[in-house]
Amino acid sequence: MTVALKSEQTASQIAAAFPGADVKADGPAVVVAPDMVNKVCAFLKSAPGLEFDYLQNLTSTDYLDYFEVVYHLTSLKHNHSMVLKTRCFDRNNAEVASVTGVWRGADFQEREVYDLMGIKFTGHPNLKRILLWEGFPGHPLRRDYL
Amino acid sequence: MTLLNQFIQWLDNYWPHWASYLTAAIIGVLIVVIFVVLGIIVVIYLERRLLGRFQVRLGPNRVGPEGIFQPFADAVKVLTKEDIIPAAADHWVHWLAPVVSFIPVIMVFAVVPVASGAIFADLNVGVLYLAAVSSLSVLGLFMAGWGSNNKYSLIAALRSVSQMVGYELPIVFSLLAVVAAAGSMSLNRIVEVQAAVPMFLLQPLGFIVYFIASLAEINRSPFDLLEADSEIVAGVHTEYSGMKFAMFYLGEYGHAFGASCIIATLFLGGWQGPFLPGFLWFLIKALIVFFIMIWIRATMPRVRVDQLTAIGWKLLLPLAILNLLIVAMEQIFWPGVFPWVLVGINALAGLALVLLIGRTVTIRGGRVEV
Amino acid sequence: MSLRTQELLLNVGPQHPSTHGVARFRVWLDGEVVTNLELVVGYLHRGIEKLAETRTYTQVIPLTDRLDYLCSMSNNLAYCTAVEKLAGVKVPERAEYIRVIMAELQRIASHLMSVGFLLNELGAYYTPIIYCFRDREKIVDLFEMVSGQRMMYTYLRIGGVSQDLPEEFIPALKRLIVDLRKAIEEYEALLSGNEILIARMKGVGVLSPELAINSSASGPVLRASGIKWDIRRAEPYSIYDRFKFEIPTANNGDCYDRYWVRIEEMKQSLNIIEQALKDLPAGEICAKVPALIRPPRGEAYGHIEAPRGDLGFYIVSDGSIAPYRVHIKPPTLINLTTMKDLCVGWKLADFIVIFGSIDVVLGEMDR
Repeated sequence: MTVALKSEQTASQIAAAFPGADVKADGPAVVVAPDMVNKVCAFLKSAPGLEFDYLQNLTSTDYLDYFEVVYHLTSLKHNHSMVLKTRCFDRNNAEVASVTGVWRGADFQEREVYDLMGIKFTGHPNLKRILLWEGFPGHPLRRDYL
Repeated sequence: MTLLNQFIQWLDNYWPHWASYLTAAIIGVLIVVIFVVLGIIVVIYLERRLLGRFQVRLGPNRVGPEGIFQPFADAVKVLTKEDIIPAAADHWVHWLAPVVSFIPVIMVFAVVPVASGAIFADLNVGVLYLAAVSSLSVLGLFMAGWGSNNKYSLIAALRSVSQMVGYELPIVFSLLAVVAAAGSMSLNRIVEVQAAVPMFLLQPLGFIVYFIASLAEINRSPFDLLEADSEIVAGVHTEYSGMKFAMFYLGEYGHAFGASCIIATLFLGGWQGPFLPGFLWFLIKALIVFFIMIWIRATMPRVRVDQLTAIGWKLLLPLAILNLLIVAMEQIFWPGVFPWVLVGINALAGLALVLLIGRTVTIRGGRVEV
Repeated sequence: MSLRTQELLLNVGPQHPSTHGVARFRVWLDGEVVTNLELVVGYLHRGIEKLAETRTYTQVIPLTDRLDYLCSMSNNLAYCTAVEKLAGVKVPERAEYIRVIMAELQRIASHLMSVGFLLNELGAYYTPIIYCFRDREKIVDLFEMVSGQRMMYTYLRIGGVSQDLPEEFIPALKRLIVDLRKAIEEYEALLSGNEILIARMKGVGVLSPELAINSSASGPVLRASGIKWDIRRAEPYSIYDRFKFEIPTANNGDCYDRYWVRIEEMKQSLNIIEQALKDLPAGEICAKVPALIRPPRGEAYGHIEAPRGDLGFYIVSDGSIAPYRVHIKPPTLINLTTMKDLCVGWKLADFIVIFGSIDVVLGEMDR
């Protein structure tokens, strides 16, 4: 049975690895700063005892004050899972570090988030719109689109 | 003395020679064309019904009793369709391609003996004529592929060129083995020689090589890369519609029918057989060969283009050459021996060679470093 | 002196006999060899995630039918699992057993179609398709008996299923299991040993296990590369922890293994259905949930082992009758992440076969 790791414990492990970073536990999820996401994910992938080698899901939500990018991570080796979140407060210029260097499975999912929500991922090898065509006005999944 | 020559002699009593020759030639051509077209219609109907039965479904059975008028309905439909030519296509090449592809099909039937004495032209180099004419149709396919201004057609056309070129040699070598065993290149003579033992028993390896190579020459499964439905849409025929597509379609089945007739003539004994008239035996044998072609089409998936050329050059060509060697040696050293002895020896030799080559040649793999 | 050559850019476009829908690839060919590849999707994008924000939780269920339209029961199950996790609904026993039977029947139907169309791409001129569809028709007849529809069933509800099984369902299902076992043996006898099939599929399009995990592959694609990971065993949902079944895993990760894994999974699904039929209890078929269900504020991620991979629903609720955000995690789109690595160096014909062996449905890729 996949065990969902307690967010406080994981948050403290990440905080220990990245001293001075903005890491907190929020319910079942661990929230980190947007520009640190790729480093945190690299740590989560390689840290012994954590070893989250499988990216389950990468998505985003628009809570009108901020955008939230959600990562569901799983470890096939230990059969445990966790939720990682990051929040962007700038609606017009939301940027998050890309995790395609850590997991290649993030490729299309980040493109979809960029396409439908408008969040840019720095360091993505091919950040183009995937479901809509280039030149489509706006980002449809935003709450203020229609 | 063929029937047509007898007719010319009879007409010579009334008309000058050139008139009787011309009349007989025109009548002969008409008979051949009608025979070919009727044969193609029967063959198309058979293919659709039989494929349906192989695939656990009924074939077309609405038009006419048991659907026998289906090909006519198809012809009417195709004739009334709009003829669309791509704007950037090479107009003359695109227009000529179906014609160039269909004419060799009819030309092949000129030397096939349908019954005793019923042959249009009793050439004494019939086999050479066959090999020459049947390789003309690849030109039509290439013209269609190039003239369509479509990348899919181009890929298909280039594949077809390599396919045809690669399989000409196994065909020619198997034909040579038949010629060596029969002692003559005339198809009439080859049929007469098979009165004792049909050629497919005498040279089982040659028969199998010729059959598989024919399947490749006429673009039927498992070698139908030309029209590989799932990869290159319709291949060479992608940009054709209306009557031109009908000519390709007829040409394809004409090839299949022609190949069945030739195999029936060369290997199964042509029009010979007890009780029934020769014409019926010929048709029965040709349709049995065609049935096996449909059977293979319904069952086997398609090979890839590099596997196709590997089968042609590495598998069939050595077998064909060795077959020719064995048959030629038998003819030189034992010219008058009882044929069934040769049947036994050839069967054993064929089996041994096939097993041997099965171990040495493989068609798997094929990744290219990019 | 070397020849000046040019690469051919071929558009295996939205309209093509083998693209399983409206997928589009731009393929760069050097002769027949694939040198580069680009996937272009979005031709079937209907905005299901946005539509779901303006519908009640039960009204989203018909939308989920239309995702992977060949596996409607599994889509419904994934969505209902996520909502039930969010709202804390307990599904009655009989409904759970019925859901498992439907999901496994759907798996068999989907794999039959997948195997049939893979063989069509290989060039076996529609014969395997018709054979597989002959058996799929019997399964679809059962679904029609239960839900009245042949394709978009909308059968599950939040908290259970919508209608009970009619009386003729169970005897028909028992007959079908016998037929299907014979049919799968027939397919194995006809297909698995075919020399041309083996020559075209063995060793072609090898996906290494490390790359499979890293690129979030799931479903038969992951298991064919040697990773024994099945959500039904790793994180059991519904009542899958009560059934005994194997998880077929292969070693090489080539197209033949992906095909083989699907055939074996069909057999295992039959085992699960037999066990479920044996223990099917009487009782209610749906929990008592209000028609306009209002799950408490929060979020949930529910995922199941759909026939094509690991289908997940991420639902965020703000306490109202409509979900605040629904995200559908598409296994088929993510499985295609490494398409370029799989296909480069192989020929155009192999590219079609590799794409067929990954088995996508555009409804789920584009949503």
